Amino acid sequence: MAYNLKEVAKKPERFTGGHRMCAGCGAPVVVRQILRALKPEDHAVIGAATGCLEVSSYLYPYTAWKDSFIHNAFENVGASVSGAEAAYVAMKRKGKIQGETKFIAFGGDGGTYDIGFQALSGAMERGHDMVYVCYDNGAYMNTGIQRSSATPKYADTTTSPAGKKIPGKMQVRKDLTEVMASHHIPYVCQTAAVGNMKDLYEKAEKAIYTKGAAFMNVLAPCPRGWQYNTPDLMELNKLAVETCFWPLYEVIDGKYIINYKPKNKLPVKDFLKVQGRFKHIFKAGNEFMIEEIQAEVDKRWEALLKLAGEEA
Amino acid sequence: MAIRERMSGNEAMAVAMKQINPDVVAAFPITPSTEVPQYFSQFVADGVVDTEFVAVESEHSAMSACVGAQAAGGRAMTATSANGLALMWEVLYIAACSRLPIVLACVNRTLSGPLNIHNDHSDSMGARDSGWIQLYAENNQEAYDNLLMANRIGEHPDVMLPVMVCQDGFITSHKIENIELLEDDKVKAFVGEYNPKYKLLDKNNPISVGPLDLQAHCFEHKRQQAQAMMNAKKVILEVSEEFYKLTGRKYGLFEEYKTDDADVVAVILNSTAGTAKYVVDQYRAQGKKVGLIKPRVFRPFPVDEIAAALSRFKAVAVMDKADSFNAAGGPLFTEITSAMFAKGVFGPKVINYIYGLGGRDVKCSDIEVVYDKLLDIACTGKVDSVYNYLGVRE
Ligand SMILES: Cc1ncc(C[n+]2csc(CCOP(=O)(O)OP(=O)(O)O)c2C)c(N)n1
Ligand code: SF4
Ligand SMILES: [Mg+2]
Repeated sequence: MAYNLKEVAKKPERFTGGHRMCAGCGAPVVVRQILRALKPEDHAVIGAATGCLEVSSYLYPYTAWKDSFIHNAFENVGASVSGAEAAYVAMKRKGKIQGETKFIAFGGDGGTYDIGFQALSGAMERGHDMVYVCYDNGAYMNTGIQRSSATPKYADTTTSPAGKKIPGKMQVRKDLTEVMASHHIPYVCQTAAVGNMKDLYEKAEKAIYTKGAAFMNVLAPCPRGWQYNTPDLMELNKLAVETCFWPLYEVIDGKYIINYKPKNKLPVKDFLKVQGRFKHIFKAGNEFMIEEIQAEVDKRWEALLKLAGEEA
Repeated sequence: MAIRERMSGNEAMAVAMKQINPDVVAAFPITPSTEVPQYFSQFVADGVVDTEFVAVESEHSAMSACVGAQAAGGRAMTATSANGLALMWEVLYIAACSRLPIVLACVNRTLSGPLNIHNDHSDSMGARDSGWIQLYAENNQEAYDNLLMANRIGEHPDVMLPVMVCQDGFITSHKIENIELLEDDKVKAFVGEYNPKYKLLDKNNPISVGPLDLQAHCFEHKRQQAQAMMNAKKVILEVSEEFYKLTGRKYGLFEEYKTDDADVVAVILNSTAGTAKYVVDQYRAQGKKVGLIKPRVFRPFPVDEIAAALSRFKAVAVMDKADSFNAAGGPLFTEITSAMFAKGVFGPKVINYIYGLGGRDVKCSDIEVVYDKLLDIACTGKVDSVYNYLGVRE
């Protein structure tokens, strides 16, 4: 059936309102859309790493999760959900469980690229039938916007402040989607909530219903950390994709597929200039910084085109 | 009829795990507990258990996966030692507060640093306040028996706490001794099915586990957790009584060895208690009134019972195979003296020996030093040194 947002949005919400994430936050939009890809008859066990999503969605005695939910710690959602999946396999074998249960782990970029990287890698390598979703907002937002290895170069964060001598974060972003593709698991993708969110929905569906380990890296802008105008969330997602800062692609059994190629690739400064965290690089004399970011985006985009067999 | 066998302490623990047949075993190798997951993965490979063996990439993930598995509604077990247990630290507390009766086979080894693979109790003693029930074992038989009782204790509705069963690395984990095993069907009937009230995999009653729990409720949850540990004492005794009826092997909170008319006793955990029993026998043959108390249950700490038991003696030496680095004695000593003080037991003179750190061999002659000292104190009523180190070059 062709994707239709109106139809999809009619499905009962599995992540309810009333949670405490900020207005204009990308993460809950991502979570809701991913959960819509579950078949209504399927149960889900959902895990979340410590971070904004978790502390805002399950504050005792309230939970925003209609499915079963587990939070363990910051760096171990991959392992925690893999353990639940292993119990499911064993209990199913013993005939103790009926019906289908799907396993989904959510981690922020800190809980995924950094401190939870080992548990993620282990869970994916072991091939548990689960999906790991990184909602990437490019910093440790929950603890007050500290840099992570997902933070873009030159971004101003509270542990990579733009100072008089050092202009923000000095390192380039880790390319985690590539690292996960190198795990040679059945399904890896990078996506964002753009347009009618078809890309996000269809990838979630594939990830959830592909047997074995799947990884989704999803852009999740944060108005506080990125300092953008709150209502502009969807515009930020769009700019990230149109500039090729955040390409939409998937790697299915090792085969790269680019899902969207902008006809008119926008300059990355269009994405940067609407964010306060890059304000300092727009000052006179700092043009080289923007050029450098542009060169990095171009380099990575071209490499991706090559991997997908599509020369630039 | 019980099965007579001979095997190492590690194999005994692995066999117990096989007979328990848990849903998930998630473990990572570390000397001297490595053999436990090795034996167990062979059982999985041979199809003699229904368990999913999760060969995790670290002990932190082993405990994390156990939390996920147990919260899902399964039985989860693991085995580890020393640095492996230390790497689990964060999640040990989470397992306990989430009231998940996971079972852990702890093969005691010195916690780094320095790096050392041999036995002392610094690993499990470091985890003593993590909210886990802790049972200690003198030999392979006790390790096996304690492990068979662990699920019943932890899963009791009044308890719902994780359980750690400890034995001494190499000394009992690798030593082959005679053992009596229970038949598989008897273990199955004794351990029973695990059907927790709440589980992630109950699709008709979905739950959330592991909240952000702030000032309004956290303290009540901690209080309930503390109550569960208090309740555990009675449950341990009940389960042990049932086990006694099944096997004829009697277990309490601690074992008393030749204490009836003793003037002095040493309090010793795990394998060194075996050595001390030999020395007690020798001294008894010489007419010296010495005895031994071997704690089995360290968490919950049997405050009333241990204070009452020790009140009968003139002098007591508490032996710690772990240092607290508090300049005031090891963990067993501080717990015991605190129990005695709180319960108004001021009669006996109590001294502390820290011994065997890093696997330093503990010989009969070392234990003799302790009993000689105690007999001297009993005679003179004088204590020249409360905090002592045994068998170390100083
Ligand atoms: C072991 C450990 N170290 C540090 C923390 C503190 N901490 C909690 S959440 C967090 C950052 C989360 O960042 P991320 O994963 O990117 O999620 P976000 O809050 O940005 O959504 C940190 C540093 C912790 N809970 N546990
Ligand atoms: S701080 Fe950022 S990531 Fe966290 S809830 Fe608010 S907008 Fe979302
Ligand atoms: Mg983040």
